[in-house]
Amino acid sequence: MKIKKRILASGIIGLAFSSILVACSSGANDENNKQLTGTLTSVGSTAMQPFVEEASKSFMASNPGVQINVQGGGSGQGLTATVNDTADLGNSDIFAEEKEKIDASKLIDHKAFVVGIAPVVHPQVGVTNLTQQQLIDIFTGKVKNWKEVGGKDQAIVLVNRSESSGTRATFAKFALKDNQEFRGNGAIVEDSSGTVRKIIGQTKGAIGYLAFSYIDNTVKALTLDGVQPTNENVTTNKWLVWAYEHIYTNTNGKNKQLEDAFLKYILSPEIQNGLVKKLNYIPIIDMKVERDASGKLK
Amino acid sequence: MEKNEKTSLAVQLQTPAKRMFWMEWRGRSITYISVWIVILVLLSLLWFITSKGLQPFLNGEVTLSQFFSSNWNPQDNKFGSLYIMLGSFMVTICATIISAPLGISAAVFMTEIAPKWGKKVLQPTTEILVGIPSVVYGFIGLTLLVPFIGKFVGGVGFGLLAGTLVLSIMILPTIISISVDAIESVPQKYREGSYALGATRWQTIWRIVLKTALPGLMTAVVLGMARAFGEALAVQMVIGNVPNAPFDFFTSISTLTSMITQNMGNTVPSETFNQILWSMGLVLLLITLVFILLIRFITRRRDA
Amino acid sequence: MNAKLIDRFATLFFYAVAILIICTLIGLLGYIVIHGISYISWEFLTEPPGSYILGQVGGIAPQLFNSFYLLILTMIITLPIGIGGGIYMAEYAKPNKFTKFLRLCMEVMSSLPSIIIGLFGLLLFVQYTGWGYTLAGGALALTIFNLPLMVRVVEQAITAVPREQKEAALSLGVTHWQTITKIMLPVALPGIVTGAILAAGRIFGEAAALLFTAGLSSPNLDFTDWDPTSVSSPLNPFRPAATLSVYIWKVNSDSLSTETAAIVSGGSAFILICVVLLFTIFARLLGRYIYRRLTSS
Repeated sequence: MKIKKRILASGIIGLAFSSILVACSSGANDENNKQLTGTLTSVGSTAMQPFVEEASKSFMASNPGVQINVQGGGSGQGLTATVNDTADLGNSDIFAEEKEKIDASKLIDHKAFVVGIAPVVHPQVGVTNLTQQQLIDIFTGKVKNWKEVGGKDQAIVLVNRSESSGTRATFAKFALKDNQEFRGNGAIVEDSSGTVRKIIGQTKGAIGYLAFSYIDNTVKALTLDGVQPTNENVTTNKWLVWAYEHIYTNTNGKNKQLEDAFLKYILSPEIQNGLVKKLNYIPIIDMKVERDASGKLK
Repeated sequence: MEKNEKTSLAVQLQTPAKRMFWMEWRGRSITYISVWIVILVLLSLLWFITSKGLQPFLNGEVTLSQFFSSNWNPQDNKFGSLYIMLGSFMVTICATIISAPLGISAAVFMTEIAPKWGKKVLQPTTEILVGIPSVVYGFIGLTLLVPFIGKFVGGVGFGLLAGTLVLSIMILPTIISISVDAIESVPQKYREGSYALGATRWQTIWRIVLKTALPGLMTAVVLGMARAFGEALAVQMVIGNVPNAPFDFFTSISTLTSMITQNMGNTVPSETFNQILWSMGLVLLLITLVFILLIRFITRRRDA
Repeated sequence: MNAKLIDRFATLFFYAVAILIICTLIGLLGYIVIHGISYISWEFLTEPPGSYILGQVGGIAPQLFNSFYLLILTMIITLPIGIGGGIYMAEYAKPNKFTKFLRLCMEVMSSLPSIIIGLFGLLLFVQYTGWGYTLAGGALALTIFNLPLMVRVVEQAITAVPREQKEAALSLGVTHWQTITKIMLPVALPGIVTGAILAAGRIFGEAAALLFTAGLSSPNLDFTDWDPTSVSSPLNPFRPAATLSVYIWKVNSDSLSTETAAIVSGGSAFILICVVLLFTIFARLLGRYIYRRLTSS
């Protein structure tokens, strides 16, 4: 069926446009020289895109024969493209195992760095700490006013991420204990961290969640059950709400040598202590605990 | 070489009539192929979107009644898209309620009240409004309208009201330009007759011109609605994207287009969530087709 | 007397509406200009985007290039088909069921929401072909978007050619096809050119159809490499390419800092509007110029 469709599709395209387009797909060179050459395509998570772009820029600078082509598209696209081997590197905010329909056995997981995520509020809600149960009550809509959790008499405004967002998945899983009642009934769903921060900073009674790297003095990060949202606490898993940022490769990838070189570069101290820290993420080499796809500590 | 010469000689010896026939045949074929490309592209588009959109129902992963319910919670595999569809309708209808009277009035102004400077100023104005890309409308909505609503009117700013206002400006030029055509096609005799009976200009406009031009005006409004219904990015940027019940101007809502744009990239093609997005695309396509049929129906009645 | 008063109020109302619409446009354009013009600099136009995660703004050079290049690719595909289709509609179409069906097809195609075209492109040009996000896929999607418009433009331009010219040619014993290509097309040219450029303006600002076909990002372009088969060449049609409009949407929907988003999209919106306006003005002037040349000679 699928093949039939594919033939039909290519037939139509061919019929209509073949005379006009001269096909010329990227020609990757497979050379076994010391000098690395070739092309890598990296697709996936928009949150990781700036990091991968920066890392690939410096990688290309020291390896002039290499071209790394970094695209966004979202974690889902990244995983699919890597399984289908249309991309070499698939960037994902979540474990491949968490997407039911992805054949994770075809993928190799490389954890690039860690992000901590914290609940943040408008600075004047009068609350600095919440228990996890209170947080769940707020995000499931059971608590609608800040005074019910010890704050001011101010209605709670929820700022959320789209259902398919990785940040949202992490927050739901670890901050809200995978509560099924948690759904999109917030005041607004935004995918841009910058906009989320702006809205929370401007809207009285607003609460949302942000990666540590976006938290500044316009918003206030809450402590959860008395635990501070710091990089330190993430490395020991005292702060529970964090996630790996993954770069996946296909087990039968066609550019193995180049992939390995690039991933080695990502995990090198130069990037981990340099770029990762500069962007306020947590280096993977600092982690004292390890978590599997189901969220259990190893 | 010799052979080449022979064939060219043969061509020269051919009767001009035969050559002309071939030339004509070739030219005709080129145009024929062109229109068939158009037809094939459209049919394959309809076929692909339809088959892809029906997939989750044929697979039995989601039933139609689930799809048309209001229970939306993708984490729990609940894909009730009723509020999302209603969101699309609400924002379209609200924008039309603002735009239709304004657009038709502007058209009347250009044709009946002040044709000279109306044409000179309003015509280019609408042309420029058409030319402004939809992301620019969205950007202005996001940076100007949303903060304004949030500060002075109510809510966070994002929501049905912001979406309505942005869309109403976007569909205005469509409504104006088609309304102008409709009003201009009203025969001058009708107006003269009305004036001869002692009617005022307003009475002539209201009783004669608008009534005669009604089918054309309806076409204008329906086309405007079709455009509003299918608009994606500008709406997505200001509407808030929460699948709430779309009955309050200050709550964030979601539309079919905003759901598709926001989630297509983060989901994987084999996932039910992703397939449901295609089903939403199919609903969007079907509603657009209904709009087009509606226009056909209106104009056919006029022709008869 | 009462009727007169109502008439007066009605006139007042119509004036108010006209002024409201004009003010809206002035407001919109003014806002874009005021917000955009201060960000425009030579660097903004000629440099690639900075790493906005580090707070650099950078420029929009690749996006601007992509927009124009995509436009050219689209036109290369659209023009022949559009002219062929337009000739058919104007000259060969007989008043029968097939022509009726054809008109319905054009009508449906021209009112399709652009996101639907984007989805179709995602399915066909991105997933089934295995190309991924490419300029070529984007150009093909835009072709679907543009084709009905182009056919209509050509048809109208050819229909507007005076019948005498056509009949004079036909009476000389020339074939119908020759009459069309040698006599009618040149006369119809101003109309076609004007229509094509106006359509180009529409394509230039299109974004929804491109999100899922040409993609949201651009590889690092090497503007000294003009070999279309090289990956980093700007001319390679099989590379992903974000256009200016797509870029505006992208920085607003998933950028990391609202300040850089405001600068980038403010400046880009200004450029976008300028280009679209230039297209409109250029189309009018060129159409008038060609018309004058053709009628005076």
